[in-house]
Amino acid sequence: MAIIVNQEKCIGCSACVPVCPFGAIDMKNGKAVINENCTMCGACLPVCPVEAIYREEIERVVTMDKTEFKGVWVFIEQAGGEVKGVGHELLGEGRKLADELGEELAGVLIGNGVEEMASEVFASGADKVYLVEGPEYDHYNTEAYTVAFVDLIQKFKPAAILVGATNDGRDLGPRVAARVRTGLCADCTDLSIDPETRLVLWTRPAFGGNIMADILCPEHRPQMGTVRPKVFKKPAQDMNRTGELVKVASKVKIEDLKVKLIEILAVCTSNCKLEEADIIVSGGRGLNKPENFAAVEALAEVLGAAVGASRAAVDAGWKPALHQVGQTGKTVGPKIYIACGISGAIQHLAGMSSSDTIIAINKDPDAPIFKVADYGIVGDVLEVLPLLTAEFSKYKAACK
Amino acid sequence: MKFDLNEDQKMMQKIARDFAEKEVAHGVEERDEKECFSRPLYDAMAGLGLAGICFPEEYGGADGDVLSYILAVEEISKADAGLAVALSATVSLCAWPIFAYGTEEQKQKYLRPLAEGTKMGTFGLTEPNAGTDAASQQTVAVLDDDHYVINGSKIFITNGGEAEINIVFAMTDKSKGVKGITAFILEKGMPGFTFGKKEHKMGIRSSQTMELIFQDVRVPVSQMLGKVGEGFKIAMTTLDGGRIGVAAQAVGIAQAAMEASIKYSKERVQFGKPISANQGISFMIADMATKVDASRLLTYRAAALKDAGKPYSKEAAMAKLFASDSAMEVTVDAVQVFGGYGYSREYPVERMMRDAKICQIYEGTNQVQRMVIGGAMLR
Amino acid sequence: MEIVVCVKQVPDTTEVKIDPVKNTLIREGVPSIVNPFDKIAVEVALQQREKHGGRVRVISMGPPQASDALKECLAMGADEAILISDRAFGGADTLATAYALSTSIEKMGPVDLILCGKQAIDGDTAQVGPGIAENLGMPQITYAAKIEINGDTVKVDREHDDGYEVMECKMPVMVTVVKSIAEPRFPTVKGTMKANRTQIPVWTAADIGADEKRIGMPGSPTQVRRIFTPTQRSQGQLIQEETAQQSVAKLMQLLGDAKII
Repeated sequence: MAIIVNQEKCIGCSACVPVCPFGAIDMKNGKAVINENCTMCGACLPVCPVEAIYREEIERVVTMDKTEFKGVWVFIEQAGGEVKGVGHELLGEGRKLADELGEELAGVLIGNGVEEMASEVFASGADKVYLVEGPEYDHYNTEAYTVAFVDLIQKFKPAAILVGATNDGRDLGPRVAARVRTGLCADCTDLSIDPETRLVLWTRPAFGGNIMADILCPEHRPQMGTVRPKVFKKPAQDMNRTGELVKVASKVKIEDLKVKLIEILAVCTSNCKLEEADIIVSGGRGLNKPENFAAVEALAEVLGAAVGASRAAVDAGWKPALHQVGQTGKTVGPKIYIACGISGAIQHLAGMSSSDTIIAINKDPDAPIFKVADYGIVGDVLEVLPLLTAEFSKYKAACK
Repeated sequence: MKFDLNEDQKMMQKIARDFAEKEVAHGVEERDEKECFSRPLYDAMAGLGLAGICFPEEYGGADGDVLSYILAVEEISKADAGLAVALSATVSLCAWPIFAYGTEEQKQKYLRPLAEGTKMGTFGLTEPNAGTDAASQQTVAVLDDDHYVINGSKIFITNGGEAEINIVFAMTDKSKGVKGITAFILEKGMPGFTFGKKEHKMGIRSSQTMELIFQDVRVPVSQMLGKVGEGFKIAMTTLDGGRIGVAAQAVGIAQAAMEASIKYSKERVQFGKPISANQGISFMIADMATKVDASRLLTYRAAALKDAGKPYSKEAAMAKLFASDSAMEVTVDAVQVFGGYGYSREYPVERMMRDAKICQIYEGTNQVQRMVIGGAMLR
Repeated sequence: MEIVVCVKQVPDTTEVKIDPVKNTLIREGVPSIVNPFDKIAVEVALQQREKHGGRVRVISMGPPQASDALKECLAMGADEAILISDRAFGGADTLATAYALSTSIEKMGPVDLILCGKQAIDGDTAQVGPGIAENLGMPQITYAAKIEINGDTVKVDREHDDGYEVMECKMPVMVTVVKSIAEPRFPTVKGTMKANRTQIPVWTAADIGADEKRIGMPGSPTQVRRIFTPTQRSQGQLIQEETAQQSVAKLMQLLGDAKII
């Protein structure tokens, strides 16, 4: 496919030029011309007042018989004897996709001694669980997990695979996709089935969160995508539900693994486990000084919340990077997100906008954060925080 | 006539701009408040090579042109005019005369560390009784075998006390008047070479200005710069080039003041609209922009002439004169745009106004510049 | 030690704005920069070269102007730069990009360490690094916050959940780095002048012997169907009482009413 500007229809108004996110349109001799930066995103099509821009279909090399590929799979990430929340969230969403396609939902469980986790996978809606076990999978390892996953894909041919966009998921997903030579969409925020083509439509942010893109993987299988934790809600679990457990032998020998885990350094106390937290209190530049983060932490303590930080606060060295919420930090979706002294740059919003309730405190009434906050207090965060902490303390005491 | 910068010049400007924005802008208020010069900051700046831009590689430089160096001075001045003058005094006033008049040994020994950024320099001409009347030097140098013995003092010396390499002008033959002045290279730490009071200034307070005192300082003949009696010529030609640096500094200060005014005028709301909507303010900004642009073009033109090896004395004087007068006008107007807040030390423009004033005075007062230009026109 | 750093020139997405009327991206006036994470990767490479000796080469796939980004890396101190550029690479997704880059790296000779930034700030996929490692049959370690090389072994502190995993691997290996690992140095004047004088070689698809079915649009399994501006959450309630105390009280009351607490 290519995007072409019909040179006869083009009136040279250059309305399309600034709209292209990739700078792919030049004006030559008074007409718009598409250059090699074009990614076919189509942002220019609707802007042309004379409809001179169109998509041209080109022959695509069809490499596989797509009809063989059926079913939606979810990678069930587990660690420390527990299934990660994102696995369940994706099962919930995967169930909807599978139902629309009229196909099966399966969980992919790779680990060591994890068989009993299969029951909760069924409870979240899976029809099948593919299980690969062995000491070589005790802790996530790229090589081992990739071999196992690819083996399953080649044997059982799923139409689509969802992987949680955790550090490990974002490590595994592209490796698997590259080995299988298929398409992978990262950090999707919405999934649906395109009714015409029965393809998965992957929606994800681009350009640092400034725009959204709908992506398809028409000719390659399986269609793959990663989804950040807390983007979707955990489904209601039906513990009576069962399914088929398919055990597959491991093809990996532990001594062949090139990357070795030496040790794990636990740095965070409970208050930086942002992705699992129900309540997060976050601090930004508006706190003025690193010492003032204490006010944020005091409120977090009373609420039993995790502590987050904006990129500005992390860059200034006020909090370690593990607390950063945002496009290049962690994406969170707690029940309550309290943003203190955070202006609300798009990159920060991209990291927390799926929170259920957003409360913001900022002295600038025009701060962008107020556009997404459900409740906003305009005021000096250093004055408001201690008062809020006191109120919540009283409230907690009263509740007991 | 091309008005675009070439690739090298654009990148030089970018290096200086990035450094100024990321490293220099922080703490400038504190340096101004506490009147403290930061040697580590100078070292970081010079470590990038900004002091060696226009000197040949064989002396530790980067073989770049004067315009590239001037662009760097302008960018640094936008963030901290005091740090910029520490650079331009070292490069234009100390390193350049060694480059132009020094022996090969002197260039390797003194020019190299200045260009590489490991040492700083001063230009010691001004005395309590010899400002514009530079020829009335009272510092004397008496030949004693293979040494000159220097006695006297210099005041208002930028980088004084910090600089390791000091160009000092002294009278070797009073009877010859102007032709009896000789230049010498003195190193900090030489016995008898001490420093007097540190000046408490109106502006450029992050630059150190000190008195140099010479009591029977024995300077080997090998450290004489140029020939006996050539000192005045060295001083005057050096100041010609130094003027372009001051002009660049003035352009940087004015640009920063104008940008701050534009930003403030868009944010400050009175009578339900930003003050920029009023012609009283927008006209001020239009005047600022015109003056800054004209100053910039005069400055770049002078630098380009120097690069082309053409005479540039008159053009450098014009640039310094116009840019410094403009900077004073622009910064005064900037404080006005900010209103009451402009007068407060919490906003940057009052510092810029205090910084701008010196540009009309040092390296030849604007009255001297007019003498130079008038003299050139009426020859 | 042979180090190759993969670099991408990107628009500075922190400067991108949305036209409030047309709801479209305003890309004019947005400067092109070296992807910040890639710059950090170059810094890590330079630090390792300073410690262990060797050569640092940077490679980028992009249009001709991407050579500006490569020049900046040379100005920081990289030894060599290569640009792979061809109309045939246009419209590539991460799979096709990883293929083009890995095919090029194969032509560069044996490599001990490939460094990539965690993600590009325009695409944010973090997929190309692992794709390159896969194509070259190399192990990978992602999210490196600290790196140490001893002889032929690389030791990495990998960001993970709420701490770090300390991983070890013998070279060759591909590592992606996070922000906290290093602060990129300023390019120096000399480095800049040298970089400007350097003629950066440009390799075309034919030069690298690429399979035309695996590059550019033909080699991209994913396609963009459409682009739109994100719908904003609707604005909630703004509280601005006389005193902070009153504002807080009002908030507590609203939260109680909405049964959030």
